[in-house]
Amino acid sequence: MHHPGKVYRFRPYNVGRWVVWGLYAIVMLVAPLLFTSSLSLTMLSQMGIAIIACLAFNMLLGQGGMLSFGHAVYSGLGSFFAIHTLNMVSAGTLALPVSLVPVVGGLAGMAVSILLGYVTTKKAGTPFAMITLGVGELVWAMSLMFPGFFGGEGGISGNRVAGEPFLGITFGPQIQLYYLIAIYTFVCTAAMFAFTRTPLGRMLNAVRDNPERVEFVGYNTQIVRYIAFIASGFFMGISGGLAALNFEIVTAEVVSAVRSGAFLLFTFLGGAVFFFGPIIGAILMVLALVLLSELTQAWLLYLGLVFTFMVMYAPGGISSLIMMNLRVAAFGKLRPLLASYLALAGTGFVILAGSGAMIEMLYHLQLNQALGPELKFMGASLNAKDLDSWFGAAFVLAIGVALFEMTRRQFVREWGETQEWIEKEIKRREAAL
Amino acid sequence: MSAGSEFALELRDVRKSFGKTEIIRGASLQVRPGERVAVIGPNGAGKSTLFNLVSGRFGSTSGDILLAGRKIDGLKPYEINRLGLARSFQVSNLFTRLTVFENLRCAVLWSLGYRYSFWKFLADARDANDRAEEVMEMIKLHKRRDVQAMNLTYAEQRALEIGITIAGGAQVILLDEPTAGMSKSETARFVNLIREVTVGKTLLTVEHDMGVVFGLADKIAVLVYGEVIAFDTPERVRANERVQEAYLGSVLAEQQAQQAAGAH
Repeated sequence: MHHPGKVYRFRPYNVGRWVVWGLYAIVMLVAPLLFTSSLSLTMLSQMGIAIIACLAFNMLLGQGGMLSFGHAVYSGLGSFFAIHTLNMVSAGTLALPVSLVPVVGGLAGMAVSILLGYVTTKKAGTPFAMITLGVGELVWAMSLMFPGFFGGEGGISGNRVAGEPFLGITFGPQIQLYYLIAIYTFVCTAAMFAFTRTPLGRMLNAVRDNPERVEFVGYNTQIVRYIAFIASGFFMGISGGLAALNFEIVTAEVVSAVRSGAFLLFTFLGGAVFFFGPIIGAILMVLALVLLSELTQAWLLYLGLVFTFMVMYAPGGISSLIMMNLRVAAFGKLRPLLASYLALAGTGFVILAGSGAMIEMLYHLQLNQALGPELKFMGASLNAKDLDSWFGAAFVLAIGVALFEMTRRQFVREWGETQEWIEKEIKRREAAL
Repeated sequence: MSAGSEFALELRDVRKSFGKTEIIRGASLQVRPGERVAVIGPNGAGKSTLFNLVSGRFGSTSGDILLAGRKIDGLKPYEINRLGLARSFQVSNLFTRLTVFENLRCAVLWSLGYRYSFWKFLADARDANDRAEEVMEMIKLHKRRDVQAMNLTYAEQRALEIGITIAGGAQVILLDEPTAGMSKSETARFVNLIREVTVGKTLLTVEHDMGVVFGLADKIAVLVYGEVIAFDTPERVRANERVQEAYLGSVLAEQQAQQAAGAH
């Protein structure tokens, strides 16, 4: 029965996979020991939360081809249910360990997506996206209409030190909560990865690629989408529940379109094509929201520019850039490209310096009038009202753009040649089989 | 199956209108189990529309369609598929970003009872994996196992199209122009392939190449202006005056003329 030409036999154990998952666990375990400041601990906690959310979002976007514009609804409502549950634990009316509060958030997210997802997943493609947008606005409007549940402008606050401590763990210190988040992140990541290896997970990919054909191999696409949507809502809810524990306050903005947009933007930046892409996206999200926003007032502008360039030049996101280069490396062709990469990075930095100086001066003029025209940028002193600074910045920018374009053309040619060589090599190896 | 009808597929006065235009005007057909039927007819006769009605892609306006005695008109495509009818498409309709193997595995999952399960791993689905491998060898794509469907050659995509159609083990197979756009030698190879993979099945195929039609089919259904004007063995259809008049005469004359021209 087995054809002699057949090269593949199914292998139940994949050593590489164990290594990757082991590293993932170790990184989460060790990270707070390396980055010990309270700011980095806060950020690490938020990264875990964001990783769950972006992965859950990508169950729809990357795996199911469903573009949701209102996914903060499910994490946000998970947060609200979690904080109300926490307050019931604090009041002594509910005997539930604090560590299980995120599960309540997850179940809430799931229940909401059973309700709202039924309507949403009736359609695919653009109508799906439109309905999610509508549902998002609906819930946002409701959050202002029901201050009892949503807490109005002040939101709902809680205290995560509640109930009986278990083995001395109160979750008072951030480090204890961090490890709770890390455990949830690891388990949820594993569960979502496992989902991609199941019949439903694979049919979800099929629905993404060709919903029509799916109907002709026996599957109801609507049910496939609906179940995936519920699963996604569950993990979004867990993420929301963890956020409630982390911040100990939940305000209406957690269900806002801004939050939904952030999930979309960073999942895309990280890359929706590969499973691990959203993990990168989530880390970037926290870095941008916490660090970049501290660094510059124009951070949203920079973010918008990065996003635009990504959509235009690397629609597969950072993860696909990584995978493409790993492929090049696997064929031993990465080293010759390194010089080009360095040149691209160097010239890119010059552009950033030139355009950054101009953007910062503009922002300074608009927003920081009272501080005078002087500002510091990348160690240089600029004067926003002095033409020299503007000319200098414009000059740097022009030089940067010219040099970058030159290196870019060089790189595109080299890259094309490398890819061509690899394609040929693959054909050659196939023929040799 | 259930009703124990003597026909695998039966159409009774099926009609379909798009707006005011009636495309299918009372088509009737009775296909016995195991028969290979070629549906022929001039362009615009409604061959593809007929397939779309039978497979549930469109709903019919009136009339009955029965699969093994069971009424299937008005059912969704996936419901009809679960009752044992599978179809291929004129334009390859694949899961583009999935590999050859994954395409075939997706096509067998429902028929093997995996339904919407997310509590089992695909890796443990022995029967589904084996069946996908088996079909892959039948359609001779085993060397292209891990290539994404969108990166296959045209002929390979056509083969995968048929592979997906037959993988679920449906008893009634509809192939919509399986050899469209293929070279002569590829067509010959493909006819053999179709014959191999549909052994013991009831087969309906839309085909333009008369060589393929007469080579493959036990029976020919001639569809002209939305009506089945003849349904019989190839010899009798060839001799049928009405068919000659309406369609076959001109097609055969054309093909003979082409051959004659090609010989010079």
